[in-house]
Amino acid sequence: MNKETRLNWVLKPLVHAAALGPLVWLVWLGMHGQFGPNPAEFINRYTGDWAIRLLLIALAVTPVRGITGLAVVMRFRRMLGLYAFFYALLHVSSYVALDQYFAWAAIWQDILKRNYITVGMLGLVILTALAVTSPKAMVKKMGGRNWQRLHKLVYVAAVAAPVHFFMMRKGFQIEPLIYGGIAGLLLAYRAIAWIKMRMRSRAARADVQAA
Amino acid sequence: MIIRQRPRHPIPSSEITPKSVFEDRRRVLKTLGFGGLAATMPLWLPDQAAAAWRPAEGKALSGTPHPKYNAQVLGQEPASFEVVSTYNNFYEFGTGKGDPADNAGNFKTTPWTIKVEGAVEKPGTYDIDDLIKAEDIEDRVYRFRCVEAWSMVVPWLGVPLAKVIQRLNPTSKAKYVYFETVFDPDQMPGQRRPYLEWPYKEGLRMDEAMNPLTLLAVGVHGQVMPNQNGAPIRLIVPWKYGFKSIKSIVLMRFVEKEPPTSWSIANGREYGFYSNVNPNVSHPRWSQATEKKIGLNNIFGLPIRQPTLMFNGYEDEVASLYAGMDLKKFF
Repeated sequence: MNKETRLNWVLKPLVHAAALGPLVWLVWLGMHGQFGPNPAEFINRYTGDWAIRLLLIALAVTPVRGITGLAVVMRFRRMLGLYAFFYALLHVSSYVALDQYFAWAAIWQDILKRNYITVGMLGLVILTALAVTSPKAMVKKMGGRNWQRLHKLVYVAAVAAPVHFFMMRKGFQIEPLIYGGIAGLLLAYRAIAWIKMRMRSRAARADVQAA
Repeated sequence: MIIRQRPRHPIPSSEITPKSVFEDRRRVLKTLGFGGLAATMPLWLPDQAAAAWRPAEGKALSGTPHPKYNAQVLGQEPASFEVVSTYNNFYEFGTGKGDPADNAGNFKTTPWTIKVEGAVEKPGTYDIDDLIKAEDIEDRVYRFRCVEAWSMVVPWLGVPLAKVIQRLNPTSKAKYVYFETVFDPDQMPGQRRPYLEWPYKEGLRMDEAMNPLTLLAVGVHGQVMPNQNGAPIRLIVPWKYGFKSIKSIVLMRFVEKEPPTSWSIANGREYGFYSNVNPNVSHPRWSQATEKKIGLNNIFGLPIRQPTLMFNGYEDEVASLYAGMDLKKFF
């Protein structure tokens, strides 16, 4: 089996299965009446948790490549990002359908008035834009530069998601802070990489001038 | 039809005070006078005191059905015992709704004493059996409204707080009652986390505490209070958001100034001292205009959503307490 076949027939199905696992488990819980007295709340929390987790996993791909040199992981980045969007969409759908019963006026008021929902919706809008522009054809259409600029917005989503989670929780709770800390590390890696790159290019320019 | 049988409360021989001790105590009391001893004596002398009325957890407990506060008058069926005892906010046992039911199983509630102090003529540490008399227990079906915009109809068993307070004789300086939950991180895993400032603190204005609606609840659904619902004794203030109804009470202090409460300390902008249910004053996190009725499902098996009532439907009983107050300011 060559590398490409192994990627397409073994690794990719494995990642798909892992990413869909939480959804399968959710359906199983539902079929066995394990949602408790407030199913909307249960489903909403569950899908929200997995949206954040997958977003952070997708954001960990580049640092993993940088640190381990494992180039193959890059082949999963888009897929993982799309799964993060998928769970975020389920998360918001459960709020719209199961919690609010499509009361659009109330939902709109929530988006405008409840800060944690405003922040969460910002995250969803970003992820939607990134998902829509994720096909390779879109990269060509938009031009690599513009595409990259747009997709930098994922960093905003990476901040919005844990902030949304922290604001939603009552009292002082640790779980959202853990996600926030992980997001912080993943963003710090990029900030450091960016600074290093700037310094290197400045040094290179200085070399050119000296020569 | 529900046939309720009053459980008998046999007094184990170990609980019966031997006559010699009983008479000796009388003599001691007489010699020393009541004043100095009031702090350590039960509220009632043994011949008046109710016997230990409290059955073990999961055991039947009953109260006199209330003519007005019942399911028929309220017009909605109570949530099942299963729902009431598995969907709880009790951060001392974890922040998930199912955590209290999962973690409170071994919580020890016997013996249980409540310390009474402050501006009161009969301070002291009272056994729950002395503070609550079996014959005072009422069965009342109330709406219960959580600040998180969900609600339940719950059949509580309890004693009007006013009855207990009257026996304690608060002085004229008592303007508020302050309550604390037990602090026991060994038994309450949530208290090892900084969710709130522990122990949990709550308070009521004196007239709120004396309102006939306010209950000290010791049971629910014909059973002694399950641990996850705030055993063995908790407050029920049906016109206020649920977090005002402090659980597992060990301290009652009569004070002159408005006491700080756990939630107002954590976030005073969101949780005020009064926290009356009010559909017109929306919370920064939740519009309070509607609520989801947990335990009352629609055809899809999901809780119905209904408009929230002013003072949770107890406007007639309590609106006068807040006459002239700006409820947007005193939220």
